[in-house]
Amino acid sequence: MFDFSIWTNWIDQFLRTNLPEFWALAIEFVVVGVIILALYCIIALALIYFERKICAFFQCRLGPNRVGPYGIFQSVADMLKMLIKEIIPINHTDKFLFYLAPFFVLIASILAFGAIPWGNGLQILDFNIGIFYILSVSSLGVIGILLAGWASNNKYSMIGAMRSGAQLISYELSAGLALMTIVVLSGSMQLSTMIEGQKDCWYLFQGHIPAVIAFIIYLIAGHAETNRGPFDLPEAESELAAGYHTEYSGLQFGFFYLAEYLNMFIIASIAATVFLGGWMPFHVTGLDGFNAVMDYIPSVIWFFGKVVFLMMLSLWVRWTFPRLRIDHLLDLEWKYLLPINMVNLLVMVIVVIYGWYF
Amino acid sequence: MEVKDIKIKGISYDEFKDNDSLEKYVEELRANGVGIITGVLDDIINWGRSNSLWPLTFATSCCGIEFMAVGAARYDFARFGFEVTRNSPRQADVIIVAGTIVDKMAPVLKRLYDQMAEPKYVIAMGSCAISGGPFCNSYCVVNGVDEFLPVDVYVPGCPPKPEALLYGMMQLQRKVKMERFMFKDKEVKENE
Amino acid sequence: MENIKELILAKVSDAVIEDKQYLTVTVKPEDLRTLAKMLRYDEGFDYLIQLTGVDYGDSLGVVYLLAKSEDMAVCIVIKTATADKENPTLPTVSDMWKAANWNEREVYDYFGVIFINHPDMRHLFLTERWKGYPLRKDYDAGRDVNPLDLKSYDMSDTTVSYVSEGDGIKKIEKNLFEEEDYVVNIGPQHPATHGVLHFRTALDGEIIKKIDANCGYIHRGVEKLCEGLTYPQSLHFTDRLDYLCAHIYRHGLCMCVEKAAGIEVPERAEVIRTIMDELQRIDSHLIAWSCMCQDMSALTAFIYGMRDREKILDIFEETGGGRLIQNYNVIGGVMADIHPNFVQRVKDFIPVMRKGLKEYHQLYTGNVIARERMIGVGVMSKETAIAYGVTGPSARASGIHCDLRKMAPYAAYDKVEFKEIIRMEGDSMARYMNRLDEIEESLHIIEQLIDNIPEGDFCAKTKAIIKLPEGEYFQRVEGGRGEWGVYILSKGDKTPYRMKFRSPCMTLVNAMDTISRGGKIADLITIGGSMDYIIPDIDR
Ligand code: SF4
Repeated sequence: MFDFSIWTNWIDQFLRTNLPEFWALAIEFVVVGVIILALYCIIALALIYFERKICAFFQCRLGPNRVGPYGIFQSVADMLKMLIKEIIPINHTDKFLFYLAPFFVLIASILAFGAIPWGNGLQILDFNIGIFYILSVSSLGVIGILLAGWASNNKYSMIGAMRSGAQLISYELSAGLALMTIVVLSGSMQLSTMIEGQKDCWYLFQGHIPAVIAFIIYLIAGHAETNRGPFDLPEAESELAAGYHTEYSGLQFGFFYLAEYLNMFIIASIAATVFLGGWMPFHVTGLDGFNAVMDYIPSVIWFFGKVVFLMMLSLWVRWTFPRLRIDHLLDLEWKYLLPINMVNLLVMVIVVIYGWYF
Repeated sequence: MEVKDIKIKGISYDEFKDNDSLEKYVEELRANGVGIITGVLDDIINWGRSNSLWPLTFATSCCGIEFMAVGAARYDFARFGFEVTRNSPRQADVIIVAGTIVDKMAPVLKRLYDQMAEPKYVIAMGSCAISGGPFCNSYCVVNGVDEFLPVDVYVPGCPPKPEALLYGMMQLQRKVKMERFMFKDKEVKENE
Repeated sequence: MENIKELILAKVSDAVIEDKQYLTVTVKPEDLRTLAKMLRYDEGFDYLIQLTGVDYGDSLGVVYLLAKSEDMAVCIVIKTATADKENPTLPTVSDMWKAANWNEREVYDYFGVIFINHPDMRHLFLTERWKGYPLRKDYDAGRDVNPLDLKSYDMSDTTVSYVSEGDGIKKIEKNLFEEEDYVVNIGPQHPATHGVLHFRTALDGEIIKKIDANCGYIHRGVEKLCEGLTYPQSLHFTDRLDYLCAHIYRHGLCMCVEKAAGIEVPERAEVIRTIMDELQRIDSHLIAWSCMCQDMSALTAFIYGMRDREKILDIFEETGGGRLIQNYNVIGGVMADIHPNFVQRVKDFIPVMRKGLKEYHQLYTGNVIARERMIGVGVMSKETAIAYGVTGPSARASGIHCDLRKMAPYAAYDKVEFKEIIRMEGDSMARYMNRLDEIEESLHIIEQLIDNIPEGDFCAKTKAIIKLPEGEYFQRVEGGRGEWGVYILSKGDKTPYRMKFRSPCMTLVNAMDTISRGGKIADLITIGGSMDYIIPDIDR
């Protein structure tokens, strides 16, 4: 497996030998920041295009096909337009919070984005509490949504924000507990260690029944956290016009729009990392030839393959189901997912203590 | 850029009707010449804008159903990138006035238009929106939305066929592609 | 019916009873309530089908068309009029038939007649600032009286009601909402109101406390326009009322004129009309289904419905020339003969639609989320439905037999056999299922007719100028959303003296407040979708 840390270390060494430490670090910060932002933007645009095509496919349509071959530049055109669109100053809003909200949402997702391991040796932040960090920063986004709803001084936005708050608080629990189940299995919260632990067998298979249950719960809860259908209550197009971002225009709306897609990506990549081994290829103990072949596929491709697969699932659900009603949404979480999750965690602990895993 | 240079995929210049008025429009716009850099920038921006016209979901009556049909499987305006219909006027680029506008609705429509962010466009779809259509003699029907909105494209018909609306939207794309975006206000001031 | 005449005369001795198309009773305003009470509570005329205001020149009157829920074909007409044109007042009947509520407001709008004891005497279609009463014969339709006003005004939160007190009339102002209500405007421009309807919704958290529905945002004054046009000219308006039932509505108006003028419609035309009606019904139910799914945010289902609908539009386009609005019926028959491909196309369409229906059930009906959201939501009891005069699939979901194709068959409906779909639950699910089942029945009807289109003319010869003999004519047809009716008052001219269309959707929206109280915001959307109203049909 090619280790990208060879490159990164070499660059680091090179900078440090030629420059004083302060400047070397400064340059690295800037480079890393630019890379994150660029990736963020590219992935979001790709995702938007991807979703529009997939959705068209589900609906017997063609989807964008005018701009560039197969319409691949469609989202670039959208972005250009968004950039120059007027940002309407609105009276009777809480100006400061109103302008702050989109940044909050965006920054929360960028923070989480930074901690994702892309490939072997390609990870920007690697704490010993990586999972914990991702969970906490990604849930910051809801504050942005609440602020947006509150500051807009619009009744639709307000209702949307309140729904979003209720939804996020509930589903955060399930998502956290589902990940906790795997943390119990792996014995570590550090993402790199977790991936290393899946060298022979992904946690999904290692932990068999409890891990599969946790995986499914995480997918549901994660999907709910991204505020996408059938859990798109905060936006609820047919009920609340555009929900919490009703009053936002131009680039501010663009931020919400991008963050929505990026959150989907983040959720999918966490699921891929924790349950499906992240960039770790598919290995079967004993079949060395097979494993060697698998190792030839670059780690980045493994990672993206898994993420795309999970996102396909998410899109499939999104374009099939109608929207839940708020009380059903809360019922689902508090009456079903959470109790199941608790029991599941316990089962996992027992499994680990007795060593009944692969 | 000349009108002739504007390419719309699938339809050639000669197949478009009403090229004259567009050309006149271009002449007016280009009266002062075009800066090289701003011209190129304009082209890039206009490329983006024209391919990403998000309509507001707005329909009052019959024509609205045909508008829905354009969004559905057979006609699929997603091909042009128009499918992101926005429910909030703040996020929409073009309002397609589909259906009769009556006295009670006119202030609402005006307000919706005012709420949209610049740059914004208006398409009058159907004879009702153009002139009051079959109801033009009524005591409370607005005889054409151009009484109070700057209409960019008229799509006649009662109701216009979905193809007609698509054609209208392509015409709007052409119009957008020719516009000046950079330093527009400054030049306008200088002209005055 | 003889019996009824005596009973009426016993109660109201100076009532004038005539045998016309329906039994017609003319009474003085003072006696109206006595008669109405008797008919409503003793004789079982619990459906108020139509309530029409008329300007007779020297007096302003109201015509009531009543029916029985046990047998919708039995009708009776009551007429009353007041000679006072300055301050016209009439007693309300809205306490007996809730359907009268909005209808009386409409009469107030059109003619300025104030209904005493009506709970909510606001304008229905026009704004509060409107001057004059447009449907009065002396109204000058000039734009200078009521110019276009683009200013947005705040809506008033109060309503008025006029009650009789001793000899005089007292005006009482009431608040629509309570002080602490959180009122959200849903509409007039909202993705889920199916047009430009405006619900002012008082919320308690997510729970709906009260809805105040406002319409008139697409009030086009069709009835007034019709008064100035000849009968063939006025045909095209019906297509544009409920554009999803364009064909059926036009059929209704044609039939009314034909009956009145004594025009014999060839059998071929009758059969073609029936087939077209049923195709149109399928089209309308498909849109209803699609839009309901879309309202509940299942976009894919929406697109599937629209996709299959295109096939019907193809058939229409080939024969009639129009997709959405076909302008195909004319007085005396249909505009053109069917296209040679017509029969084959329809035959091809039937299996496609059957397959589609199966797909819809798989995709949506069985979906847990959809079921949770529809079952038990927005229950409309039989009594509510009757009180508001609800008809069509929505009423049949509450257990009312009101299919006019069965009750009072017209065109070729007496030659075919089909089931009337009845469900008892009255919730959104029942309304939803009713529509899908009715598609199946319509296919069944088409199957029976398509091979048996008789030879002959497709249109009867009519005079160049059609004049209807003096009199009043009613016609009721089964539209996609309920009973659609037309009332023509002719003075023997080539234009109608008064033409009124009965809107099925008005009754549906009128009932919304009652059935959605206590639900969530999301339920309001579901109920709206399941009721499937078309706003231009309400506003006319
Ligand atoms: S133009 Fe014709 S189809 Fe369109 S809204 Fe007007 S009447 Fe209806």
